[in-house]
Amino acid sequence: MQGVIDFLVSLNIPYVNASVARYIVLQVLAAIVAVAAPAGLIILTWLERKIIARIQDRLGPNRAGPFGLLQAIADMVKMFTKEDITPAKADRLVYNIAPGLGMFAAIMAFAVIPFAPGFAGTQMNVGLLYIVAIGGLGTLAILMAGWASNNKYALLGAFRAVAMLLTYEIPMVMTLVMVAVVAGSMSMVDVVEAQSGMWFVVSMPVAFLIFFLSGVAEVGRSPFDLVEAESEIIAGFHTEYSGIKFGMIMIAEYVHMFALSFFTAVLFLGGWQIPFIDVAALPAPFAAILGLISLLVKVFFFVFVMMWLRGTLPRFRIDHLLDFGWKFLVPLTLVLLIGVAFVIRLFAPGSSVGIPVAAGPLSGLGMPGQVVALLVTNLLVLGLALVVVSSAARRTRSKALRAVSAVDSPVPTAGK
Amino acid sequence: MFMPSNFDPSQIPLVPIVFWIMTLFTVGGAIGVVSSKKLFHSGLYLVLSFFGVAGYYVLLSAGFMAVVQLMVYVGAIAILILFAVMFSRRPMAAESQANRQWWLGLPLMLVLFVVLVVTVGSVAWPVSGAEPTADTVQQLGVAFLGSYLIPFEVVSVLLSVALIGAIILARGKVEGEETN
Repeated sequence: MQGVIDFLVSLNIPYVNASVARYIVLQVLAAIVAVAAPAGLIILTWLERKIIARIQDRLGPNRAGPFGLLQAIADMVKMFTKEDITPAKADRLVYNIAPGLGMFAAIMAFAVIPFAPGFAGTQMNVGLLYIVAIGGLGTLAILMAGWASNNKYALLGAFRAVAMLLTYEIPMVMTLVMVAVVAGSMSMVDVVEAQSGMWFVVSMPVAFLIFFLSGVAEVGRSPFDLVEAESEIIAGFHTEYSGIKFGMIMIAEYVHMFALSFFTAVLFLGGWQIPFIDVAALPAPFAAILGLISLLVKVFFFVFVMMWLRGTLPRFRIDHLLDFGWKFLVPLTLVLLIGVAFVIRLFAPGSSVGIPVAAGPLSGLGMPGQVVALLVTNLLVLGLALVVVSSAARRTRSKALRAVSAVDSPVPTAGK
Repeated sequence: MFMPSNFDPSQIPLVPIVFWIMTLFTVGGAIGVVSSKKLFHSGLYLVLSFFGVAGYYVLLSAGFMAVVQLMVYVGAIAILILFAVMFSRRPMAAESQANRQWWLGLPLMLVLFVVLVVTVGSVAWPVSGAEPTADTVQQLGVAFLGSYLIPFEVVSVLLSVALIGAIILARGKVEGEETN
């Protein structure tokens, strides 16, 4: 990025000095990201319809353009030309702002993602917390949309959505804390750098799974999609939205899904890194392009997995969902966090820069030892959790079985 | 053409501009909270006010506090307040915000305002020329587990008690239990 800034300064445009050139370059990049995120929507809707169609043994859209590629444009035209109905007695201001706020929250999340070595929107040292804060804003947008519609079902849908989002925010934040503990920093750029030894998906697979599943629940994708629940609650919180406002809500959902894939790729799969190649050491344009391509490959893999899940799994019921979140995921992540923190303390290399840290007792084993210990801890905690849950389920099942058989025990004899 | 030739865009004083924008959000939001006719709108103006405060934190180089402000206040407390508003009696009705005692309230308010402005304005606030500390997150962590360990643990116990109390209150009647 510095090369582009220097080039711009060397053009000697009036009033453009180094800091102004930097500002211009950053603005252009930000505009590219802010436009690319909804533009990725066009690819994503096409991918979604084609993938789900193929899973369901049909073709998907193939009329509008070759392979149905222009279908998204047809949809956009349709949405722009639909009549914009505002329900009577709806709260106009809130009703109109809510979709925009949802879109705003989804796109803002792209500010902290490192796309390539040296190309991050901003190198915030609290990037991980920023993701969580922006997710909270999306929750607020759903609440506003459901309330302002003046519709019982929309409000009910909004309540269920907020309950689910608040529930699954906790395991997601806990896994983010685990990543921060292992990487030693809350900045996304530092997390990518810390994975130059071994990607976190290898050393913390359970944390990766929990983050991805909670993220899918946060986005509201199937199998957690009772937020929209197309066959149940009419359309949940966006029942009363039509035309371009509905389009904006859909954009918000797809961009949020896209952002979640980016987060998973950056936090657990090493971001722009390629295994066995040191991308940051390559000459400038190749490093950026190669890094971006590798990141996009990982992102689209996760997008594919999310669409695969949607086409395959049935929807969760709200009480199953909340039970799974509170009674299984939250204790699991808490215990996992304790385990991970313990392992990191044992293997911590001592440092005297900044705040002095004493070296942990096992730090002699270095990075491979830490990776193995983290992997073992993850699998142990998961195994323990599954044993506890299965024994609890066995107890519940046997109690239910005894209750049912006790009712049936006085068997009426057939008339003799 | 319109600007003098020695205009340096990098010398635009950004900090006062951002400060006044954040003041607009905070104070405007606060005014909206008390003067809005619909209760739900008051809740949303409160969210705007929280955003302004988060902006102040960023201006003070406390990035961590800004993000925690957004996470806790906007992401949790504002949603809680909005839920409480939605369960209240007439949140969608537009009520007039004026009442009959304005002839007493207005002079009192003006006197209080003048007293506060004069008091705050007449103090010579010491301005420190020191650089704001850079890596606040690390220092916060060390402080939490070092010199401020006991308040930290006490706050955790307090939060646990609040959580358990809320669950007990909200649990209702469980079968097999006596109600008092």
